[in-house]
Amino acid sequence: MAVVKDETMTIKSSEDVVRVRQLAREWAVAQGLSLVDQTKIVTAASELARNTLDHGGGGTARLEALNSEARRGLRLTFEDHGPGIPDIELALKDGYTTGGGLGLGLSGAKRLSNEFEIFSRVGEGTRVTITRWK
Amino acid sequence: MERIPILKMGDYLLVTIQVDMHDRLALTLQDDLTEGIAKTRARGVLIDISSLEIVDSFIGRMLGNIAAMSRVLDAETVVVGMRPAVAITLVELGLSLPGVRTALNVEKGMSLLQAASAEQENVNGRGER
Repeated sequence: MAVVKDETMTIKSSEDVVRVRQLAREWAVAQGLSLVDQTKIVTAASELARNTLDHGGGGTARLEALNSEARRGLRLTFEDHGPGIPDIELALKDGYTTGGGLGLGLSGAKRLSNEFEIFSRVGEGTRVTITRWK
Repeated sequence: MERIPILKMGDYLLVTIQVDMHDRLALTLQDDLTEGIAKTRARGVLIDISSLEIVDSFIGRMLGNIAAMSRVLDAETVVVGMRPAVAITLVELGLSLPGVRTALNVEKGMSLLQAASAEQENVNGRGER
Protein backbone atom coordinates (compact mmCIF):
# COMPACT_ATOMS: atom_id res chain seq x y z
CA MET A 1 0.00 0.00 0.00
CA ALA A 2 1.30 3.40 -0.91
CA VAL A 3 0.47 6.92 0.12
CA VAL A 4 0.12 8.64 -3.25
CA LYS A 5 -0.65 12.10 -1.97
CA ASP A 6 -0.77 13.85 1.37
CA GLU A 7 -1.50 17.24 2.84
CA THR A 8 -1.57 18.66 6.35
CA MET A 9 -3.93 21.42 7.40
CA THR A 10 -4.02 23.54 10.53
CA ILE A 11 -7.16 23.57 12.66
CA LYS A 12 -7.49 26.64 14.81
CA SER A 13 -10.96 28.02 14.05
CA SER A 14 -14.39 26.72 13.14
CA GLU A 15 -13.76 27.93 9.57
CA ASP A 16 -10.82 25.51 9.48
CA VAL A 17 -13.21 22.68 10.39
CA VAL A 18 -15.24 23.60 7.29
CA ARG A 19 -12.07 23.63 5.17
CA VAL A 20 -11.11 20.15 6.45
CA ARG A 21 -14.59 18.86 5.50
CA GLN A 22 -14.31 20.36 2.03
CA LEU A 23 -10.85 18.99 1.31
CA ALA A 24 -11.82 15.56 2.69
CA ARG A 25 -14.80 15.57 0.31
CA GLU A 26 -12.59 16.50 -2.65
CA TRP A 27 -10.15 13.71 -1.88
CA ALA A 28 -12.88 11.16 -1.20
CA VAL A 29 -14.34 11.92 -4.63
CA ALA A 30 -10.90 11.67 -6.25
CA GLN A 31 -10.33 8.29 -4.57
CA GLY A 32 -13.56 7.02 -6.09
CA LEU A 33 -15.53 6.51 -2.86
CA SER A 34 -19.28 6.11 -3.30
CA LEU A 35 -21.55 8.99 -2.34
CA VAL A 36 -22.56 7.30 0.93
CA ASP A 37 -18.92 6.53 1.80
CA GLN A 38 -17.92 10.11 0.97
CA THR A 39 -20.66 11.38 3.24
CA LYS A 40 -19.57 9.05 6.04
CA ILE A 41 -15.90 10.00 6.02
CA VAL A 42 -16.63 13.72 5.62
CA THR A 43 -19.04 13.57 8.57
CA ALA A 44 -16.44 11.68 10.65
CA ALA A 45 -13.83 14.28 9.63
CA SER A 46 -16.14 17.05 10.80
CA GLU A 47 -16.61 15.42 14.22
CA LEU A 48 -12.89 14.78 14.72
CA ALA A 49 -11.81 18.22 13.46
CA ARG A 50 -14.25 19.79 15.92
CA ASN A 51 -12.82 17.64 18.74
CA THR A 52 -9.31 18.77 17.79
CA LEU A 53 -10.46 22.37 18.00
CA ASP A 54 -12.74 22.24 21.05
CA HIS A 55 -10.99 19.68 23.24
CA GLY A 56 -7.43 19.80 21.94
CA GLY A 57 -7.23 23.57 21.64
CA GLY A 58 -6.45 23.27 17.94
CA GLY A 59 -4.08 21.07 16.00
CA THR A 60 -3.67 19.51 12.58
CA ALA A 61 -5.51 17.32 10.11
CA ARG A 62 -3.47 15.18 7.76
CA LEU A 63 -5.07 13.73 4.65
CA GLU A 64 -3.54 10.76 2.84
CA ALA A 65 -4.73 9.19 -0.38
CA LEU A 66 -3.98 5.45 -0.23
CA ASN A 67 -3.58 3.21 -3.25
CA SER A 68 -2.74 -0.44 -3.38
CA GLU A 69 -3.28 -2.98 -6.11
CA ALA A 70 -6.40 -4.19 -4.42
CA ARG A 71 -8.04 -1.01 -3.22
CA ARG A 72 -8.04 2.73 -2.77
CA GLY A 73 -8.88 4.70 0.31
CA LEU A 74 -8.59 7.86 2.30
CA ARG A 75 -6.84 8.13 5.65
CA LEU A 76 -7.28 11.11 7.94
CA THR A 77 -5.21 11.84 11.04
CA PHE A 78 -6.18 14.44 13.61
CA GLU A 79 -3.57 15.48 16.11
CA ASP A 80 -3.48 17.96 18.96
CA HIS A 81 -1.23 18.80 21.89
CA GLY A 82 -4.13 19.42 24.24
CA PRO A 83 -4.89 17.91 27.64
CA GLY A 84 -5.31 14.35 26.34
CA ILE A 85 -8.04 11.86 27.23
CA PRO A 86 -7.71 10.16 30.63
CA ASP A 87 -10.15 7.33 29.91
CA ILE A 88 -10.41 6.46 26.22
CA GLU A 89 -12.93 3.70 26.78
CA LEU A 90 -15.25 6.13 28.51
CA ALA A 91 -14.67 8.80 25.84
CA LEU A 92 -15.73 6.27 23.20
CA LYS A 93 -19.09 5.64 24.86
CA ASP A 94 -22.14 7.08 23.15
CA GLY A 95 -23.47 10.06 25.03
CA TYR A 96 -20.38 10.67 27.13
CA THR A 97 -19.33 14.31 26.85
CA THR A 98 -17.18 16.83 28.63
CA GLY A 99 -17.86 19.60 26.13
CA GLY A 100 -21.61 20.03 26.41
CA GLY A 101 -22.23 18.33 23.05
CA LEU A 102 -24.14 15.16 22.34
CA GLY A 103 -21.19 12.89 23.05
CA LEU A 104 -21.39 11.27 19.63
CA GLY A 105 -18.29 12.75 18.03
CA LEU A 106 -15.69 10.10 18.80
CA SER A 107 -17.96 7.06 18.91
CA GLY A 108 -19.81 8.23 15.80
CA ALA A 109 -16.59 8.82 13.86
CA LYS A 110 -15.50 5.30 14.77
CA ARG A 111 -18.74 3.82 13.44
CA LEU A 112 -18.45 5.81 10.22
CA SER A 113 -14.94 4.54 9.45
CA ASN A 114 -13.55 1.19 8.30
CA GLU A 115 -10.48 1.60 10.49
CA PHE A 116 -10.12 3.65 13.64
CA GLU A 117 -7.12 4.23 15.86
CA ILE A 118 -6.76 6.50 18.85
CA PHE A 119 -3.71 7.37 20.86
CA SER A 120 -3.85 9.77 23.76
CA ARG A 121 -1.69 10.65 26.70
CA VAL A 122 -2.77 13.00 29.48
CA GLY A 123 -0.86 16.26 29.30
CA GLU A 124 0.57 15.47 25.87
CA GLY A 125 -2.29 15.29 23.41
CA THR A 126 -4.42 13.07 21.23
CA ARG A 127 -4.08 11.51 17.80
CA VAL A 128 -7.00 9.89 16.00
CA THR A 129 -6.62 8.13 12.65
CA ILE A 130 -9.51 6.94 10.51
CA THR A 131 -9.58 5.20 7.14
CA ARG A 132 -12.36 4.61 4.69
CA TRP A 133 -11.80 2.18 1.82
CA LYS A 134 -13.45 2.17 -1.53
CA MET B 1 -21.68 39.55 10.12
CA GLU B 2 -22.40 36.46 8.05
CA ARG B 3 -26.01 35.27 8.42
CA ILE B 4 -28.41 32.80 6.90
CA PRO B 5 -31.51 34.63 5.61
CA ILE B 6 -34.89 33.88 7.14
CA LEU B 7 -37.93 34.54 4.93
CA LYS B 8 -41.42 35.16 6.23
CA MET B 9 -44.31 33.78 4.24
CA GLY B 10 -47.71 34.25 5.83
CA ASP B 11 -47.65 32.57 9.23
CA TYR B 12 -44.44 30.69 8.51
CA LEU B 13 -40.71 31.27 8.53
CA LEU B 14 -38.64 29.67 5.79
CA VAL B 15 -34.94 28.95 5.88
CA THR B 16 -32.87 27.43 3.11
CA ILE B 17 -29.40 26.47 4.23
CA GLN B 18 -27.22 26.74 1.15
CA VAL B 19 -23.76 27.08 2.61
CA ASP B 20 -21.46 24.73 4.48
CA MET B 21 -22.08 26.22 7.93
CA HIS B 22 -19.34 26.61 10.46
CA ASP B 23 -20.42 26.15 14.07
CA ARG B 24 -20.85 29.81 14.95
CA LEU B 25 -23.02 30.39 11.91
CA ALA B 26 -25.25 27.50 13.00
CA LEU B 27 -25.61 29.01 16.47
CA THR B 28 -26.45 32.41 14.97
CA LEU B 29 -29.18 30.81 12.88
CA GLN B 30 -30.57 29.11 15.97
CA ASP B 31 -30.75 32.44 17.82
CA ASP B 32 -32.12 34.37 14.83
CA LEU B 33 -34.87 31.82 14.29
CA THR B 34 -35.92 31.77 17.92
CA GLU B 35 -36.10 35.55 17.96
CA GLY B 36 -37.87 35.55 14.61
CA ILE B 37 -40.59 33.20 15.85
CA ALA B 38 -41.29 35.42 18.84
CA LYS B 39 -41.20 38.64 16.83
CA THR B 40 -43.36 37.54 13.89
CA ARG B 41 -45.59 35.21 15.94
CA ALA B 42 -44.93 32.56 13.34
CA ARG B 43 -46.92 29.33 13.60
CA GLY B 44 -44.31 27.25 11.88
CA VAL B 45 -40.73 27.03 10.70
CA LEU B 46 -39.60 25.20 7.59
CA ILE B 47 -35.90 24.43 7.22
CA ASP B 48 -34.73 23.21 3.83
CA ILE B 49 -31.47 21.25 4.10
CA SER B 50 -31.46 19.82 0.56
CA SER B 51 -28.19 21.61 -0.18
CA LEU B 52 -26.41 20.19 2.86
CA GLU B 53 -23.86 17.51 1.98
CA ILE B 54 -23.46 16.41 5.58
CA VAL B 55 -25.28 16.77 8.89
CA ASP B 56 -22.91 16.12 11.76
CA SER B 57 -23.72 15.99 15.47
CA PHE B 58 -23.40 19.75 15.81
CA ILE B 59 -25.88 20.54 13.04
CA GLY B 60 -28.09 17.72 14.30
CA ARG B 61 -28.12 19.28 17.74
CA MET B 62 -28.92 22.68 16.22
CA LEU B 63 -31.94 21.21 14.38
CA GLY B 64 -33.14 19.56 17.59
CA ASN B 65 -32.70 22.80 19.53
CA ILE B 66 -34.63 24.82 16.96
CA ALA B 67 -37.47 22.29 17.03
CA ALA B 68 -37.58 22.34 20.84
CA MET B 69 -37.42 26.11 21.15
CA SER B 70 -40.07 26.69 18.51
CA ARG B 71 -42.34 24.20 20.25
CA VAL B 72 -42.00 26.15 23.48
CA LEU B 73 -42.94 29.26 21.49
CA ASP B 74 -46.01 27.49 20.09
CA ALA B 75 -44.66 26.93 16.59
CA GLU B 76 -43.99 23.71 14.65
CA THR B 77 -40.69 22.99 12.92
CA VAL B 78 -40.29 20.80 9.86
CA VAL B 79 -36.94 19.90 8.35
CA VAL B 80 -37.19 19.04 4.66
CA GLY B 81 -35.05 17.74 1.82
CA MET B 82 -32.51 15.60 3.65
CA ARG B 83 -30.39 13.72 1.12
CA PRO B 84 -30.51 9.91 1.41
CA ALA B 85 -26.73 9.63 1.97
CA VAL B 86 -27.03 12.16 4.78
CA ALA B 87 -29.88 10.19 6.38
CA ILE B 88 -27.87 6.94 6.24
CA THR B 89 -24.84 8.63 7.78
CA LEU B 90 -26.84 10.40 10.47
CA VAL B 91 -28.36 7.17 11.74
CA GLU B 92 -24.98 5.42 11.75
CA LEU B 93 -23.52 8.38 13.61
CA GLY B 94 -26.12 7.69 16.29
CA LEU B 95 -28.47 10.60 15.68
CA SER B 96 -32.10 10.00 14.90
CA LEU B 97 -33.20 13.62 15.44
CA PRO B 98 -35.80 12.93 18.11
CA GLY B 99 -38.48 15.59 18.28
CA VAL B 100 -37.73 16.90 14.79
CA ARG B 101 -40.47 16.52 12.20
CA THR B 102 -39.25 15.85 8.70
CA ALA B 103 -40.73 15.82 5.21
CA LEU B 104 -39.30 14.84 1.85
CA ASN B 105 -39.57 18.23 0.20
CA VAL B 106 -40.70 21.82 0.70
CA GLU B 107 -44.19 21.16 -0.63
CA LYS B 108 -44.83 18.26 1.73
CA GLY B 109 -43.29 20.16 4.61
CA MET B 110 -45.55 23.10 3.96
CA SER B 111 -48.68 20.97 3.98
CA LEU B 112 -47.52 19.38 7.22
CA LEU B 113 -47.21 22.83 8.81
CA GLN B 114 -50.56 23.94 7.46
CA ALA B 115 -52.24 20.80 8.75
CA ALA B 116 -50.65 21.32 12.17
CA SER B 117 -51.86 24.91 12.46
CA ALA B 118 -55.34 24.00 11.20
CA GLU B 119 -55.55 21.30 13.84
CA GLN B 120 -54.45 23.71 16.53
CA GLU B 121 -57.09 26.24 15.47
CA ASN B 122 -59.76 23.57 15.76
CA VAL B 123 -58.66 22.75 19.27
CA ASN B 124 -58.21 26.30 20.53
CA GLY B 125 -60.22 28.43 18.19
CA ARG B 126 -57.98 30.99 16.59
CA GLY B 127 -56.51 33.09 19.41
CA GLU B 128 -55.41 36.67 19.04
CA ARG B 129 -52.25 35.62 17.23
